[in-house]
Amino acid sequence: MTNAESVGEQAKTVISSSGSSAGSVAAGTVADVPVLCIERLRVEFHLPSAKVVVLAGINLSVREGEIVGIVGESGSGKSVTALSIVGLLQPPGVVTGGQILFFDTNLLALDANEMRAIRGNRISMIFQNPRASLNPVFSVGKVLREVLLVHSGLRGAAATARAKELLADVGLFDPAEVLRRYPHQLSGGMAQRVMIALALASSPQLLLADEPSTALDVTIQYQIIQLLSQLRKERGLAQIVITHNLGVIAELCDRVAVMYAGMVLEEAPVEQIFDAPLHPYTRGLLTARARTEATGDLESIPGQAPDLQNRPAGCPFHPRCGEARDICRAVVPQLENAGTSRRVACLRWKELA
Amino acid sequence: MTDLLLDVTGLGKRYSVRRGIFRHRDLVAADNISLTVRAGETLALVGESGSGKSTVGRCILRLETPSGGHVFLGGKEITGLPDSEVRKLRPHMQMVYQEPLESLNPRHPVGKLVAEPLLLHGIVPKSEIRNRVIELFRMVGLGEEHVNRYAHALSGGQQQRVGIARALAANPRLLILDEPTSALDVSVEAQILNLLRDLQRRLQLAYLFISHNLAAVAVLADRISVMYLGQIVETGPTHEVLSNSFHPYTRALVSATPVDHPRQSKQRIVLKGEATSPIDPPAHCRLAPRCPYSQPICTDTVAELASVTPDRFTRCVRFQREHIEGVWEPRMSDPPPSS
Repeated sequence: MTNAESVGEQAKTVISSSGSSAGSVAAGTVADVPVLCIERLRVEFHLPSAKVVVLAGINLSVREGEIVGIVGESGSGKSVTALSIVGLLQPPGVVTGGQILFFDTNLLALDANEMRAIRGNRISMIFQNPRASLNPVFSVGKVLREVLLVHSGLRGAAATARAKELLADVGLFDPAEVLRRYPHQLSGGMAQRVMIALALASSPQLLLADEPSTALDVTIQYQIIQLLSQLRKERGLAQIVITHNLGVIAELCDRVAVMYAGMVLEEAPVEQIFDAPLHPYTRGLLTARARTEATGDLESIPGQAPDLQNRPAGCPFHPRCGEARDICRAVVPQLENAGTSRRVACLRWKELA
Repeated sequence: MTDLLLDVTGLGKRYSVRRGIFRHRDLVAADNISLTVRAGETLALVGESGSGKSTVGRCILRLETPSGGHVFLGGKEITGLPDSEVRKLRPHMQMVYQEPLESLNPRHPVGKLVAEPLLLHGIVPKSEIRNRVIELFRMVGLGEEHVNRYAHALSGGQQQRVGIARALAANPRLLILDEPTSALDVSVEAQILNLLRDLQRRLQLAYLFISHNLAAVAVLADRISVMYLGQIVETGPTHEVLSNSFHPYTRALVSATPVDHPRQSKQRIVLKGEATSPIDPPAHCRLAPRCPYSQPICTDTVAELASVTPDRFTRCVRFQREHIEGVWEPRMSDPPPSS
């Protein structure tokens, strides 16, 4: 907390009327090349007492230049999805079905060595708590040069030059100084920028961001959102952003998947989700969130997310859903097309629309 | 003003920090903080990490000893009272914490945790305790079946309800809510905010709501005080402050809050860099080095919190001077100067 802070002079006065970024940018830059395609992915936790289904066959795809948001509450399976993609799912978690295609490669069929060649290389990750992901005994420079050696074979002056370039790319003002710093000498916002620089060192084709701005102050959160948005714009970097914050989704994403109890309940372009949500859960989430112009009581969703060990029969949301009928208690809804670009898993969506 | 339940004037908290081997310098965590909360009213204390908002809460509860200033609770000064006297006042002011699981003892059923303050302060006879615990559980939307559960067996929302029941057990008049919904999911946050509003109406509770989340503040708070580097920089009615801020820092906070809808366009004011050091801060405006509106006057003048309209206060020197002269009134709709 000393003059350390002043080095982080990343952000200048910026005037922009963003917010509409998602739709407008996407229109021009999204190519129709699927970078990642998750099909019928099923994950179970094999506990001594029971086998618990945590992902009940989810489908999701990300195209080049596209940012897909996964929004959901705790226990919805959004982080398990991310861990499955990069092969970091730990026991008792077991993938029991489906495939994850990264371009033409099924990631689930790779052995540990092959996966290692992709993870942190062609697919990079950033996490919620950036400082916890950095080794405290290595300086930023040492870590960054190491990554550059492994991924691009760069050494010495060439590696240092490239490292500085990467730090400058993520908006750090004094790269030479940042290279000398240790993780504890970085503020939260700087640490997340360093993590993003590390993630970019290997020129990835897909970036997985798990709650990238949640632990940060709101002014710093906005700077990180801007940075991720810029990576899409300038490099066409495909991204999956996992968050519980619908505001972050509105700022950043082209498409959104709403997850609940290990299922994707709705998937649509971001504006359609906010304009006309089809699933009662999505509608509930949107009206329940506190907003700065809010007055009076909030319309909350009653109850809480189900215990996955006692998954309700039928639609997992039915115990909390004001629209639930007998059929919802009996039949598990499948994700079905609802128009050309969106899908929903609700038995009654047509009646309710 | 007899209805002021909490009246804080000039509260300060300094920590001595070592710089090198011999030198000690002051870290000013809270600097000349004045605020009031009436019965049935919510004042939000808003700021980012390191702004000192939690320190203020802890000093009011006397979990920390303030370095200066006065705290009056119900007209009675509590600063300077010995610990034994403060302990007698604790039932009147209680705290609800951000992480309910960390503030609840995992070894006891939650019913016992709520019974503890009842026993400690001798609030109801022993024979009545179980009934009172069940009554408190009902008040926060829990049932009798939850009384014998352990904290880890409850969901996050239920844990926070237990935290609130425990705080209510001693019949407090003031609750200090330290980020009570930050760790909760969206749908559960709404339930807890509604519960807090409902309890306030029924019990005429005064809330000091410490938060960095402007959306939650808008739902719960009548008035808002914005803190930056240990100082209050703006105070006023919540919706006025959020829609027409009189301090550039408030404007930056409001503008950094994510949009509600992907098509919403928002004026963005981005501050340069990150917060400067709270060690030996200058007398002039602490935001000046980062402020897009800053002018020489901002570093030449002592920045004092002053009223601009009867119920609104700002520490922005430019705003104070130019508001009086009718020159510069930054509204959220005005673009910041291009520098």
